[in-house]
Amino acid sequence: MGSEDVYIVGIDMIKFGKFPDRSIATLGAEAALLALDDAGITINEIEALYSGNLMMASAMVGQQIQKEIGQTGIPVVNCANACATGATALREGWTAIKAGLYDTVLAVGVEKLAGVGMLGGGGANKTGISPEGVLGSGAMPCVFAEAGMAHSREYGTTFEQFAQISVKNHHHSTMNPKARYQIETPLDVVMNSEMISYPNTKLMCSANVDGSAAAVLMSEKKMRERGLSSQAVKIRASILTTDPWTDRDEVMPDISTCTRNAAAQAYEMAGIGPQDLDLVELHDCFATAEVLHYENLGLCADGEAGKLIDEKTTWLGGRIPVNLSGGLLSKGHPIGATGIANVYEIATHLRGGAGKRQAEGARIGLAHVIGLGTCCGIHILEGPSN
Amino acid sequence: MADRPLPITSLLKIPDSGDPFLEGFKCKSCNAISLKPRLACAKCGSRDTVEPHRLSNKGTLHAYSIIFRAFPGIDVPFVSAVADLEGGGTIKTNLIGVDPDPEKIELGMDIQVVYEIASRKDAEGNEYLAYFIKPAA
Repeated sequence: MGSEDVYIVGIDMIKFGKFPDRSIATLGAEAALLALDDAGITINEIEALYSGNLMMASAMVGQQIQKEIGQTGIPVVNCANACATGATALREGWTAIKAGLYDTVLAVGVEKLAGVGMLGGGGANKTGISPEGVLGSGAMPCVFAEAGMAHSREYGTTFEQFAQISVKNHHHSTMNPKARYQIETPLDVVMNSEMISYPNTKLMCSANVDGSAAAVLMSEKKMRERGLSSQAVKIRASILTTDPWTDRDEVMPDISTCTRNAAAQAYEMAGIGPQDLDLVELHDCFATAEVLHYENLGLCADGEAGKLIDEKTTWLGGRIPVNLSGGLLSKGHPIGATGIANVYEIATHLRGGAGKRQAEGARIGLAHVIGLGTCCGIHILEGPSN
Repeated sequence: MADRPLPITSLLKIPDSGDPFLEGFKCKSCNAISLKPRLACAKCGSRDTVEPHRLSNKGTLHAYSIIFRAFPGIDVPFVSAVADLEGGGTIKTNLIGVDPDPEKIELGMDIQVVYEIASRKDAEGNEYLAYFIKPAA
């Protein structure tokens, strides 16, 4: 491991939404320019670009973005890693600086996902008939519903407790002007919205949106040279894991073991424990998933996620606020952008700039994403000390 | 067109005589039971140690979801379920023989694997034999 620390010196995202008339390149480029402006540098200082996009993974999206913001001939790496795509792009940049290759890199995540409908499952076999609806369902709402029901089996987690996750995240999003939705959704509204895949109702499924986010990463030496320490967010840990063999993984993608392994590695790299975190952005692709990750990330002991929900521990003002951005449920989930947008949310709090949803005095935060197939990305960040 | 039902996946074996059954794979080295043939054992990485392994028709319900919105052409509601089989192996399929109602479905209950013709045919009109789970008799 290289000795030099890596910092985020500029980071931003666009307001997530529906942009049918915008190209993927201009959406990504808009976030890239915002991040460059936040860092106070130009594209001419960027030594490499790491681009994250899933649905157009063969389209050289990074190079398309480059043509919008300055085609300087630097290396571009296009990353695809399911819903961990953005985190993977950011981490590739971190890795390159750690390796001593560059001092200043740009990571961009972008996706056009508005209106695509349900993902996963449904595909026809090459021969024969589609197993969807015969051999169960491979659709994402079902996959994560089943993961939640396994938690119910073990700990008695209820439909209402799962639904409370969505109430919380929608509430948080009312304070985030960059979230796709800013609508209070009380418990009865969440529980009575269209049932998609029990226990996940429509309001317990992440919002498919268009969006982009970008970050400028710098070596510590360069960051100090540029006098950016008052805005620099230190990357205390950057971890990527995959799903190791577990007995049910072939039919029930194991989102827990890879998260637990990533969390253990991230806490070790950062030299902290979960009790040291001031806020968390985690992968609430479905309300059921957030419940599992409370335990997977060590925010509570195994079996106590329900208690965390009942006691509102993860709400703004609670002991460990989770998904103050509104999460994927209400901020939205533009797959390739999500892993950088989560880091943007943490960094914004660590810089004290989160407005009404600010986690008071936040110094250390964790951003977590899952890519089904499966992988987990975790970043632990520390704010400027001043 | 085939003169008899085809297996819905390679996990399902239909012998010329006798009952259909599920056949997964077991690694001689680490005892992992899997559903798909791999070039090496997914658990321990050993080569040439994975052999066909007949799975039990008995097990327990590990998890489920009741599907109310599906892709076009798929009848709803149905219950997607994950079951752990006796002696190892976990399968996913529809849970049948029970109302699609969380009040009626007991997590951890004993289940049995049953074999029935799937409701849809392929473009050539072939029928497919599928495996389902239902509450144990």
